[in-house]
Amino acid sequence: MAVTKKDVEYIAELARLKFSEDEFEMFTRQFNQILEYMDKLNELDTSNVEPLSHPTGGSNVFREDIVEKSVPREAALKNAPKRNEEFFKVHKVI
Amino acid sequence: MKNYSTINEKIQKLRAGEISLKSNVEEFLLKISQNQKLNAFNFVFEEEALKNAEIVQEKIKNGNFGKAAGVVVAIKDVLSLKDHPLTCSSNILKNFEAIYTATAVQKLIDEDAIIIGKTNCDEFAMGSSNENSAFGNVLNPVDNQRVPGGSSGGSAVAVAAELCDVSLGTDTGGSIRQPAAFCGIYGLKPTYGRVSRFGLTAFASSFDSIGPFTNNVEDAASILEIISGYDKNDSTSSKTAVPAYSEVLKLKPGSLKIGIAEEYFGQGLSPEIKEQIFLIIEKLKLAGFEIKEIHLPHSEYTIAAYYILTTAEASSNLARYDGARYGYRSKTFSSLSEMYTNSRTEGFGKEVKRRIMLGTYVLSSGYYDAYYRKAQKVRRLIKNDFDEVFKTVDLILTPTSPTTAFKLGEKSDNPLEMYLSDIYTTSANLAGIPGINIPIAKDSAGLPIGMQLMANLFEEEKLLQLSYFIQNELIRKS
Repeated sequence: MAVTKKDVEYIAELARLKFSEDEFEMFTRQFNQILEYMDKLNELDTSNVEPLSHPTGGSNVFREDIVEKSVPREAALKNAPKRNEEFFKVHKVI
Repeated sequence: MKNYSTINEKIQKLRAGEISLKSNVEEFLLKISQNQKLNAFNFVFEEEALKNAEIVQEKIKNGNFGKAAGVVVAIKDVLSLKDHPLTCSSNILKNFEAIYTATAVQKLIDEDAIIIGKTNCDEFAMGSSNENSAFGNVLNPVDNQRVPGGSSGGSAVAVAAELCDVSLGTDTGGSIRQPAAFCGIYGLKPTYGRVSRFGLTAFASSFDSIGPFTNNVEDAASILEIISGYDKNDSTSSKTAVPAYSEVLKLKPGSLKIGIAEEYFGQGLSPEIKEQIFLIIEKLKLAGFEIKEIHLPHSEYTIAAYYILTTAEASSNLARYDGARYGYRSKTFSSLSEMYTNSRTEGFGKEVKRRIMLGTYVLSSGYYDAYYRKAQKVRRLIKNDFDEVFKTVDLILTPTSPTTAFKLGEKSDNPLEMYLSDIYTTSANLAGIPGINIPIAKDSAGLPIGMQLMANLFEEEKLLQLSYFIQNELIRKS
């Protein structure tokens, strides 16, 4: 399953990352090397194996639907790169 | 410098007035500044630590103090401490300050521990050598030309160079055990869910564990006892009762059955490490322990499964860094989506980007089944291997790392080779089981050799008991 530079460019778009031409070439090379190694898993027949998503079970945990105190607004806004009194500020969306 | 060997001895001497806590903290601070070239700390809380030393000293005087009174602790800079920087050694969180404290850290503070600073690590805990940090490389105190291991390199060095009493690190695929092995100290990765992850910046949520670095087994037991337990803020934390680990360390020689898997002693393992570990095995036999040959047949698939699953989880966890609500925001963009892209591109380092890319790839449409789902199935097979083996043995004994500490720059151009240095440690995270590094010897170049013990889920007691026996009867007496 060879990865092309075009694949890597598409993945970068999905991951919201930009790279230089050189970096794209390096990633394409490294991806092929790493994924070739990962193809090792295909030696195993796993058709009757259930996937394991969590080492110790991993079922949903519910709590009573009671409103609890959350992070105060000022704390939530504390690290904002740009803000006003109440909101995070970002570039115009519409 | 230190006139105590364990933290319990320190507390006793503090009570007896044989140690002044303020001078003790001052000595650590001095040592930190003398060892700045090791680059173990991202932040040192000098004034605060001294102030807390006075407060805790007073508490001790009044006879009203916690189980970690006066214990000087360094924490990895992926753990939150309210109103203090939390950078994960990344430029994307350069000016970030935590708005709450991690549960594991809070539990130590509640027991009157003193947090002296935050330690350097690989960016977002991704790396095996501490060479991926926005704060620069950390040097191995044993040989400054070599890496301390990673990703918790700074936490390992802080303990090994005696810049604090104990430290906390995190282990997603070996990030506590491998640096402990490279630096010659103890490093314990608890069972998944034993310690709450609340306040730990997520890398791979179904793998991440918080654990201690210490100079001896007693301290590892004392710290684990404090930081363990259920936390409503982490729904994956376990309600399994927390034993008094520090009180159950003594065991009858021969009472535990130990498994040796040939898969962990194959090609790529340094002959010197193998030899030293077999010396320990021989001594254990002589002491009456039953050693059993076991098999973990899917061992050769651990690295592939591990890197598929952890990069997938990382790409999802790190999607939150977009420059909108916190963290670095790029100065140049003309749309919202460009703000996301440029902030991420300028804020993340090379290895983090590589893992986000790999993770995005294995989760992308068309490859999800071939890689991600396949790796989850292999994770089941690996877990089944351990379940089977733990029916017949109590503990598994392996090397921690195939080599001793390697040179700075030696593996930085070859990510796959770097990933393979985790070959003996990732399995515990895949299966969720606990593991510990024991510093057993030095190689001919004087570099520390580490040995790993693994136990079944929530059987840290057995890990600590055998470690304690090995420390006291086989290492210190040899």
